[in-house]
Amino acid sequence: MSTTAEKKAGFGSVLWDYLTTVDHKKIAILYLVAGLFFFILGGLQAMLIRIQLIAPDNEFISAQFYNEVLTMHGTTMIFLAAMPLIFALMNAVLPLQIGARDVAFPFINSLGFWLFFFGGIFLNVSWFAGGAPDVGWTAYAPLSLFSESHGVDYYAIGLQITGFGTLMGGINFIVTVVNMRAPGMTYMRMPLFTWTSFIASVLILFAFPALTVGLFLLTFDRLFGGNFFDPEMGGNVIIWEHLFWIFGHPEVYILILPAFGVFSEIIPTFSKKRLFGYSSMVFATILIAFLGFMVWAHHMFTVGLGPIANSIFAVATMAIAVPTGIKIFNWLFTMWGGNIRLTSPMVFALGFVPTFTIGGMTGVMLASAAADFQYHDTYFVVAHFHYVIVGGTVLGIFAGIIYWWPKMFGTMLNEKLNHWFFWLFFIGFHLTFFFQHFLGLMGMPRRYWKFLPDQGLDLFNLISTIGAFGMAIGTIIFLINVVMTQMKGEKVSGDPWDARTLEWAIPSPPPFYNFKQEPLVRGLDALWVEKMQGNGKIQPAEPLGDIHMPNRSFVPFVISLGLFIAGFGVMYQGAMWILAAIGFGITAGAMLYRSVKDDIGYHVHKEELEEEEGDGSNG
Amino acid sequence: MKGWMTRFKAVMALTVMALILSGCGEPFLSTLQPSGEGAAMLLELIILSTVIMLFVFVVVMAIYIYVVIKFRQKKGQEDFIPKQTEGSHALETLWTVIPIILLLILAVPTVQYTFAFADVNTPEVNEEGEELDQIWIDVTGKQYWWHFEYEGLDITTSQEIYIPTDRRVYLSMISDDVIHSFWVPSIQGKMDVNPTGNRNEMWLQADEEGVYWGKCAELCGPSHSLMDFKVIAVSPGEFEEWVEDMQGVTGEEEPETATAQAGQEIYQDNCLSCHAVGSSPNKVGPNLTNFADRDKLAGVFDMTEENLFEWINTKGEEMKPGNLMVNAPYDLDEEEINQVIEYLMTLSPSDVTPESADNGVYIDSDLSDLFPEEEEDADEESEEDSEEVDEETEEENDDE
Repeated sequence: MSTTAEKKAGFGSVLWDYLTTVDHKKIAILYLVAGLFFFILGGLQAMLIRIQLIAPDNEFISAQFYNEVLTMHGTTMIFLAAMPLIFALMNAVLPLQIGARDVAFPFINSLGFWLFFFGGIFLNVSWFAGGAPDVGWTAYAPLSLFSESHGVDYYAIGLQITGFGTLMGGINFIVTVVNMRAPGMTYMRMPLFTWTSFIASVLILFAFPALTVGLFLLTFDRLFGGNFFDPEMGGNVIIWEHLFWIFGHPEVYILILPAFGVFSEIIPTFSKKRLFGYSSMVFATILIAFLGFMVWAHHMFTVGLGPIANSIFAVATMAIAVPTGIKIFNWLFTMWGGNIRLTSPMVFALGFVPTFTIGGMTGVMLASAAADFQYHDTYFVVAHFHYVIVGGTVLGIFAGIIYWWPKMFGTMLNEKLNHWFFWLFFIGFHLTFFFQHFLGLMGMPRRYWKFLPDQGLDLFNLISTIGAFGMAIGTIIFLINVVMTQMKGEKVSGDPWDARTLEWAIPSPPPFYNFKQEPLVRGLDALWVEKMQGNGKIQPAEPLGDIHMPNRSFVPFVISLGLFIAGFGVMYQGAMWILAAIGFGITAGAMLYRSVKDDIGYHVHKEELEEEEGDGSNG
Repeated sequence: MKGWMTRFKAVMALTVMALILSGCGEPFLSTLQPSGEGAAMLLELIILSTVIMLFVFVVVMAIYIYVVIKFRQKKGQEDFIPKQTEGSHALETLWTVIPIILLLILAVPTVQYTFAFADVNTPEVNEEGEELDQIWIDVTGKQYWWHFEYEGLDITTSQEIYIPTDRRVYLSMISDDVIHSFWVPSIQGKMDVNPTGNRNEMWLQADEEGVYWGKCAELCGPSHSLMDFKVIAVSPGEFEEWVEDMQGVTGEEEPETATAQAGQEIYQDNCLSCHAVGSSPNKVGPNLTNFADRDKLAGVFDMTEENLFEWINTKGEEMKPGNLMVNAPYDLDEEEINQVIEYLMTLSPSDVTPESADNGVYIDSDLSDLFPEEEEDADEESEEDSEEVDEETEEENDDE
């Protein structure tokens, strides 16, 4: 069961190990691999978009295919790349940061992953089954009702399955943070990454049900003659917009808050200073999350809600700039007076600050409801949300992956290649998206298959496409780095960055039970406290004893597979109903099996732990 | 409304200069080169917010650059442990309060302008203080073209909308299929065009004559990017002439040449069920009353006979993917198509064409002749109109 044993095992047993694992560290790796796969897929779609827009009146891809590509780019990047990569970091780090042996519900954790994975695969099957969804990732009705292929059905059912997984993941992390903190790990001693992940999970809990409802209504409209959104039959198309954005706007904060958390870990570590204004950072996080639910209609300023609604949502949106500004200044003043090491995660953090500031600035500009009549649905918006999502979330994800790579894999990514990756990606990013602000102001709406010649839009579109290639090359360098590093397999210590938080107190990668003895947390930045005031080792909070561990299980995979199969039956109907019966049967059967079979886990005995090399609690 | 603006005039002038110097876009399309009241107001707001935000950015970047240069690890200082500052109440208060003030500076004009743009019920007044007649146009968005009916003027047109300069024109917008969004960047911001029961209203005002490009700004299908239209702003006198010319069209006029007459016959047998000539409620396909005067074919193509031939021959299948004319049952041979083209090219009822927007001729008019009823009747009617509008708005509210 230890990592060395795995190395020697054959491919089949490794595969079985990952299919049945309930270990948060392995689930993190599953999320990472799946997330990167979909990130590359979404990136290729982005490249198709940019190649199509390299010149005016280009015929590189057809209008229909372009709409499919742009829809799948957005959907893939949000639901299948950014979300799982954030879950990868949360799984890998959060339990370690609070001194837990695993998440609260390891089985649910595995189920969450497999639901996400099968939902993502389901969505992408559409490419081979008559066409992907072609109505934008927002799937506004009634366009989404009129769309002829099964693409939108794949969208609705695929995201529904994925959404179940995400919701379970969110609930799991909430319970984990509330119940599983080590002795001494009070709320106000939790690392910022744990805090932001916790708050993001709360957002998931409240935001995803709105999506679930919306997708159910959409599914019923399309497959069972429901008329929720069909204006001809008394439905209302605006309801979909509301439901979508009641989910969609908090989703933005679900994506960005954990990234804030990552930078709030990296900046103190590499400035050798504690986070400036820790409590105001926590407060700002909560405030952003709270306000995040009050602003969804700023996506709908041009819908015709009227000036009163528009004004209220405009001012509410502007208010979010205040806590976000607090965060920016706190990061700057964390560095102030520090001893800054320009390691690659830190360089990502330094790239993030100005980029995200620009994204925030354009966010405030967009919040101005009247001015939004000009920005709305143009490349200005495209530029804005890429500054926030790529400049914030994606930089945060990569910074986090590089920072915690040693903790996840026990190896260290090549620093030189990391820097190359950063600079190519960063410069490429700004080339791609900075000029898109101006394209929008110059009259180019978004989701345009073609722009016309002689409209002054040629040059900036060309620059944008060139920049996209820079980002692509940067990403390839990262992938090469990953492969090379893992081939070499040089092991590093438990604390290669000289870091501050609890996860760095145990070996890299940690033993499957994480902490041999529950750690005693004596302050914020628990490891740093021990480095400064103690012997640099975390003190145990309990004597060495048996460790209760959950059993591995194949059931989550089977439950998810059942829903995957059932999805096709529900969609194609007719003779295919049999698939729905089989699929739901598999799922129900697996759930029944899980319910009646007592699975009380197993114990790692004290004697075995003593035999293990080193001291698991303070490697 | 313009009070706050004077304070920022100097800054704005500089910024406007900077923006123009950077050569941002074409005057008929760019929001940065406004030719109408709406776009000009919005540009003020854009510039105000840009200036405030650039100020924030400069402050952030100044601290950032200082910090990164000054506190970067020096050689030999690898073991230096800085003071572990917890925070600073004074500083944290400072960067909470200052942004709030900056946002208030932006929020006030934002709210003012948001209300100003939503006001379609207060008629404009002329220099003598008399209320001007409101010109209302019913806009219908369809995959992938635009339809316009001038209320009370008995004019129907598609794709290209004529408006008089220097006064507001009011739009009442609805979609016949999916959601579209009506946007003429250089004269006014956009507004969504929703299906059934969801009329949106806005106003347009052009300061200068010109042919302005309009865009659909809400994804509506494969040809979303080709759903362009034009707003042709001409002087009020020219507009009046255009209206009168358009009102004269019945669709029964016989063209001069024999080919065109043959074309008209083919047209009536094959096209008329969808494409009306003259004022008509028919909006299955674009109204062709002044087709030959169009600036562009189908919104985006040059108005050439080759393009027109290809369109009729292929039903626009490749030219505008997903367009609904591909379902039209007609089957014409080459000669018939050419005859139809010849007929279509006679559909030029007015001397006022897109060229009139660029010819420098300015004819003034208060357009009161277009609303010939007695002054009181006119008032009554416009009141009725606005009442109807109010009722509709109320119904919408009920629906919600």
